[in-house]
Amino acid sequence: MRDVPSYARFLSRLKTAAAACLLTAAAALPAAPALALIEIDVTQGQIEPMPVALPSFGAEGGDPKLSQDMTAVIAADLKRSGLFNPLDPASFIQKNMNVNTTPRFGDWRTIGAQALVSGSVTKQADGRLRAEFRLWDVFASEQMLGQQFYTTPENWRRLAHIIADAIYERLTGEKGYFDTRIVFVDETGPKDKRVKKLAIMDQDGANVRYLTRGDDLVLTPRFSPTSQEITYMSYGAADPSVYLLNIETGQREIVGNFPGMTFAPRFSPNGQQVIMSLQQGANANIFTMDLRSRKTTRLTNSAAIDTSPSFSPDGKRVVFESDRGGSQQLYVMNANGGNAQRISFGPGRYSTPVWSPRGDLIAFTKQHQGRFMIGVMKPDGKGERILTEGYHNEGPAWSPNGRVLVFFRDTPGANGGPQVWTVDLTGYNEQRVATPAFASDPSWSPLID
Amino acid sequence: MLELGKFARSAKMLLAIGAMLFVAACAQTQPDGLKGNVAPGTGQDFVVNVGDRVYFEEDQSTVNAQAQATLDKQSQWLAKYSKYTITIEGHADERGTRQYNIALGARRAAAARDYLVSRGVSASRIKTISYGKERPVAVCNDNSCWSQNRRAVTVLNNVTN
Repeated sequence: MRDVPSYARFLSRLKTAAAACLLTAAAALPAAPALALIEIDVTQGQIEPMPVALPSFGAEGGDPKLSQDMTAVIAADLKRSGLFNPLDPASFIQKNMNVNTTPRFGDWRTIGAQALVSGSVTKQADGRLRAEFRLWDVFASEQMLGQQFYTTPENWRRLAHIIADAIYERLTGEKGYFDTRIVFVDETGPKDKRVKKLAIMDQDGANVRYLTRGDDLVLTPRFSPTSQEITYMSYGAADPSVYLLNIETGQREIVGNFPGMTFAPRFSPNGQQVIMSLQQGANANIFTMDLRSRKTTRLTNSAAIDTSPSFSPDGKRVVFESDRGGSQQLYVMNANGGNAQRISFGPGRYSTPVWSPRGDLIAFTKQHQGRFMIGVMKPDGKGERILTEGYHNEGPAWSPNGRVLVFFRDTPGANGGPQVWTVDLTGYNEQRVATPAFASDPSWSPLID
Repeated sequence: MLELGKFARSAKMLLAIGAMLFVAACAQTQPDGLKGNVAPGTGQDFVVNVGDRVYFEEDQSTVNAQAQATLDKQSQWLAKYSKYTITIEGHADERGTRQYNIALGARRAAAARDYLVSRGVSASRIKTISYGKERPVAVCNDNSCWSQNRRAVTVLNNVTN
């Protein structure tokens, strides 16, 4: 069993090494190793989503509404991934599933379910929630996974996301990304007088919280991989500057003491540096600042616009955009600034590169013939694929498992505005993330795990 | 024709700052007709009779002949009214990505600043800032609006009138 860590703790590399314990019901067999029948090959493009049955978790004297809501959040997570098809509960033959009894597998095979999730949510004497679930392989008639969790009642959505992650991981062999958050820029007001606020939400759009009030223009927030901080650009000081903001305490500070505007920040993979652009006259160059020593290092020195830097996950290289060759293109250089090599060569302009947390791909925005696309290519520039294309798509950011890209899509004209979307790295399963108003510059939190 | 249109739009902006005297002139869209009702040396004088902004081609920061003419008038006016310091605000249209447009706006502001300096305005009087694509003045979905947004605007800092 494990406790759901608080937000203050969950990014502090608190690995759940103690992990969730396997439930051992008398009828449950040990989790089988690889069952080819039921595991999803996520390397394929458009796949047939796996039919999954998620009967509402039992409440056992607790709160039936809460049990239903948690089950619905789990089902919605799985459905939005595009890899699962939660079946209509009206089709279920076996009613009143109990987490402690073995399912009538024949009933679930009859309705076409390949996986079945049973669970319960109860409130303990100490006020905490206790949730347990079992994941069943319907065809093998075996339990694949059983876990239980304790948390405070207000954490119920997180608990549902954690269970969805466990199911996703067991069935796909990849880490999930449901117990994560997205920081973004909330946009209100007319197009020529936009008010922009930093905001944060769960990856499914729930629990929106505003981090700034809209007094100052704010842009391009990015999560720290290691702490409860974001880095972003804000107007308000003499020069627009890169800031750090602790999202727990609200404390903020300007990053460094640069002689001019700083922008386009990102953290290094170890969270100890911020990499960004410094504008000097007509040129933008790339610098890092070490957050502990405050030492700044220049990485580029060109009479060009060098911006949107993003570290490789091993911290050894940096991808960025530059118009040093005449138009915006992508370049990869060493983390100390040497040996910049152009990697984008297709028709059009390439910008906002961001390295996948898996290291194998770089996502980007591409403009060509008045269209704005989101694409990926390998770090050597080979294998370019466009994932989505239209009037205006911009600013991809990776899910922490490197499976999904979040970006914003703008619509034209006076009443147009940006919205947050996700697309699978295979180019399928576009989904809008509902936000309270227009929203742009989304960035995903690291995997909580 | 394009220039006249731009001027008309500049004039419309004046209405927003409450210069009621210009209503008639604006309706006539006579650029030269606007002169005379503005006190010399004021912020209104600068906007109406000099022109506070210059425009750029798509993804360019070259100060073209038309922009040079405006900046020449700005430099002459600033030489006459030396009490003012200025901020040049660089902007880009919406058909680019955010970070690049921030740098592109800065590059345009720098180009306008460098031109003014070459015409004798002291660099110490000039500050620049870029708003990228964040502050459009025209919001339609074609080049008639985008061309107005690709601009560098000279803002007088210590205006008291």
